[in-house]
Amino acid sequence: MEKIISFRLNGKNVRITSSPERMLLWMLRSDLDHTGTKYSCGEGFCGACTVVVNNEAVLSCQYPIEEVNGKDVMTIEGLQQNGKLHPLQAAFIQHNALQCGFCTPGMILKAYSMLLKNPQPSYREIVGDMEGYLCRCGSYNRIIQAIQTAARTMKGQRS
Amino acid sequence: MKDDEYFPFDSGKSENPVTLDRREFLKLLGGGIIISFSVGDLFALQERRRGSGYPEDFNAYLRIGEDGRVSCFTGKIEMGQGIITSLAQMMAEELDVPLKTVDMVMGDTALCPWDAGTFGSRSTKYFGPPLRQAAAEARSVLLQLASEHLRARPENLATKDGAVFEKKNPEKKVSYAQLAKGNKIERHLEKKPPIKHYSKHTISGQPTDRLDSRQKVTGEAKFTGDIRLPGMLYARILRPPAHGAKLKSVDTSAAEKIKDIQIIRDNDMIAVLHKHYDVADKTLGLIKAQFEPSASQLDNTTIFNHLKKSASEGNVVTEAGNLDAGKGLASKTFDKAYFNHYVAHAPAENHTAVVKIEGDRATVWASTQAPFRAQGEVARILGFPSQNVRVITPFVGCGFGGKNQGQQIVEAARLAKLSGKPVQVAWSRKEEFFYDTFRPAAVIEIRSGLNSSNQIVFWDYHNYFAGSRSSEPFYNIPHHRVLSYGGWGGRGGGSVHPFGVGAWRGPGSNTNVFAIESHIDVMAEAVGMDPLEFRLHNLTDERMKRVLRAAAEKFGRSFSKAPSGKGYGIACTDYLGTYLATMAEVNVDKRTGEIRVVRVVCAQDTGEVINPEGVRMQIEGCINMGLGYCLREEIRFRDGRILDENFDTYEIPRFSWLPKIETVLVDNPEMPPQGCGEPAITSMGGVIANAVYDAIGARLFVLPMTPARIKEALSKGRDASSATNRSIPLSVLP
Repeated sequence: MEKIISFRLNGKNVRITSSPERMLLWMLRSDLDHTGTKYSCGEGFCGACTVVVNNEAVLSCQYPIEEVNGKDVMTIEGLQQNGKLHPLQAAFIQHNALQCGFCTPGMILKAYSMLLKNPQPSYREIVGDMEGYLCRCGSYNRIIQAIQTAARTMKGQRS
Repeated sequence: MKDDEYFPFDSGKSENPVTLDRREFLKLLGGGIIISFSVGDLFALQERRRGSGYPEDFNAYLRIGEDGRVSCFTGKIEMGQGIITSLAQMMAEELDVPLKTVDMVMGDTALCPWDAGTFGSRSTKYFGPPLRQAAAEARSVLLQLASEHLRARPENLATKDGAVFEKKNPEKKVSYAQLAKGNKIERHLEKKPPIKHYSKHTISGQPTDRLDSRQKVTGEAKFTGDIRLPGMLYARILRPPAHGAKLKSVDTSAAEKIKDIQIIRDNDMIAVLHKHYDVADKTLGLIKAQFEPSASQLDNTTIFNHLKKSASEGNVVTEAGNLDAGKGLASKTFDKAYFNHYVAHAPAENHTAVVKIEGDRATVWASTQAPFRAQGEVARILGFPSQNVRVITPFVGCGFGGKNQGQQIVEAARLAKLSGKPVQVAWSRKEEFFYDTFRPAAVIEIRSGLNSSNQIVFWDYHNYFAGSRSSEPFYNIPHHRVLSYGGWGGRGGGSVHPFGVGAWRGPGSNTNVFAIESHIDVMAEAVGMDPLEFRLHNLTDERMKRVLRAAAEKFGRSFSKAPSGKGYGIACTDYLGTYLATMAEVNVDKRTGEIRVVRVVCAQDTGEVINPEGVRMQIEGCINMGLGYCLREEIRFRDGRILDENFDTYEIPRFSWLPKIETVLVDNPEMPPQGCGEPAITSMGGVIANAVYDAIGARLFVLPMTPARIKEALSKGRDASSATNRSIPLSVLP
């Protein structure tokens, strides 16, 4: 049975009619053409499909759209503000914290939600929080450095 | 004959690489100066190349636009390895333009000259030189044009930052953009200009950030699955449960009831198409199908015996001296066997393709390492001439050899034709694990001997299905023979496997280096030498000694006779001309069998380095990825079924595995640039196995070194002291 679902996507109101058990990943990728959110394992084991819902990183391949009703969704396309890169994006560039780039949106958005809760994570905390996020190219060391750099930049911006 | 010397496909033998006629070609490119890379004419070259296999000649060209931007066209593709940056650096350097003005156009069969594919760490090594030569030629042509424009003799002119100026009066200058304006000409030079000496480089050789990272951190980077076309349908295809299982009966009635679903049946293929991927996927689940069981009765426990039994006559890869004479000189002999299981590529991006057919033309977007091969395959399946098929390669999300194969492209082409709509085929992770061309399971047997001076006097090497790359001894061994009984590719061994196998990052080498470098340590221990000392003692190759010393210096720890309890390991190798030595420190929990790799140091001599930052990224990536096949990665299968279907059971390296990684780039600019996408992964099996032995005194002869295998090895005690390990039961599953 189709339902009307309303939510905010990167700050804009979205209203769609769809069967509510469909997963957010496919709504974003195939109905709304937000292709920065990636499909990789499809079963919640890799993190590539991560988006931020009400400031929480979620695996969109496991997230029924029904649950997004009334909420704020941010995808990688919504992280830049007025064309300015987020400190995480800048730090990923600075540290070359990516190779093929397929896992990158998920990595950045997971780190984003982590830093909201824990603005100055230790190395160990970063590893713990990012553990379910897979990078087959093996950029893990650089991703950690990028998150640390971004955390410092963001701290500077707040103070 | 080396068994992996063929390419994983027919390098264009039956293909027609010519894609467009000249007028069409120039129209596509628009204005600007076109400088053919070739000595003669690009099109004539392509004609000549028809049927000649992998091109030896120049195979790309560049365009200087009226806006001053420079496009570099290459049939190579970007899958993370970073040639989008290093090739741009090479061109910017020779052309004397700022790096930021270079646009790379990669893997588009309509725009780019033919290329066999992106694999084997070959892009910089083999594509780099003609690229440089072409850019140097372009610069000479621009000097000629500027000489006419500025009314000055070419020898009084110089180039910098995309402009030609008079040496004595730098104010008198003309930009490349101005020279390009309105021109649509081709010029060829009678004499090839020289390329710059490395000491004059200001762009090449500098650590340079990736040119694609901004697109990749903003989500703007397009991968094949991100292509959207009006009317495009996503296809999900019915798959057998096991390799070799034939369809018996099928009932699609429930699926047919779903709104807007299109079901296609064409011989062996049954597909469900819908405008949303997930709806197609869910509907596929409504199809009831029965399959005959697979005839295959193999599994992980029986595969090695099967491989040994399936061996063909041994091919001599290399030999020197006389093995019997060598045996006569030996005072100690060794006889060991080494094994590795099937390993998946497990790319981040699953195999994906989009095909659009309009009349007698097709456009293909594909995650592929071999766009020109895909062009030929699609042309064949559609019955179109090759030139009517254009393959565009968006960013590719990992390849590692797994995307040399383009099954999904052919599937999308068939379905686009049958449905009359643009079709996207994106494999699920389960399909990715099912149809992957795995790194083959393989067996290596080594018999060797030392004389009383601890020199290796004979080396008798038997390779079953690993592939022969990196199997040639680089130690100084007077009497040696390397035999191969079947390679890694589809030929000369493909049929022995119960499913597809193929090139996997550093094909053959991962297995060979694991076996060779483990065996070197076995011998070192037997004569009471530390593994570094033993290697240096048996090497005359100064370049290899240099990388070993460079690694040792960075490692900063002294090796002792193993097992020292310190957990230090060494492995070194020559990967197609790139030399490297890796040293590692591990901790092993004897109770759980868990290995923790604490630190890895890799020193690499890759000749002239184009992008030091890029090389370091590749070494680090190799080390991280390599830990997977060392510690966990093993495809489990039974009766044609692949038991690992996702990352829950098939464990790949994750954040918590990360060791401290240090890289040393050994300076060797006099040597032309060698490859660096693969070399550093190939030493990982050897270095970790040796470090584990040093830690716990138990040697692992099987990759991956799972906790169960560690515990089994510990229970056997110090296996290396026994004469042979042929009796090792291989039944242990992780």
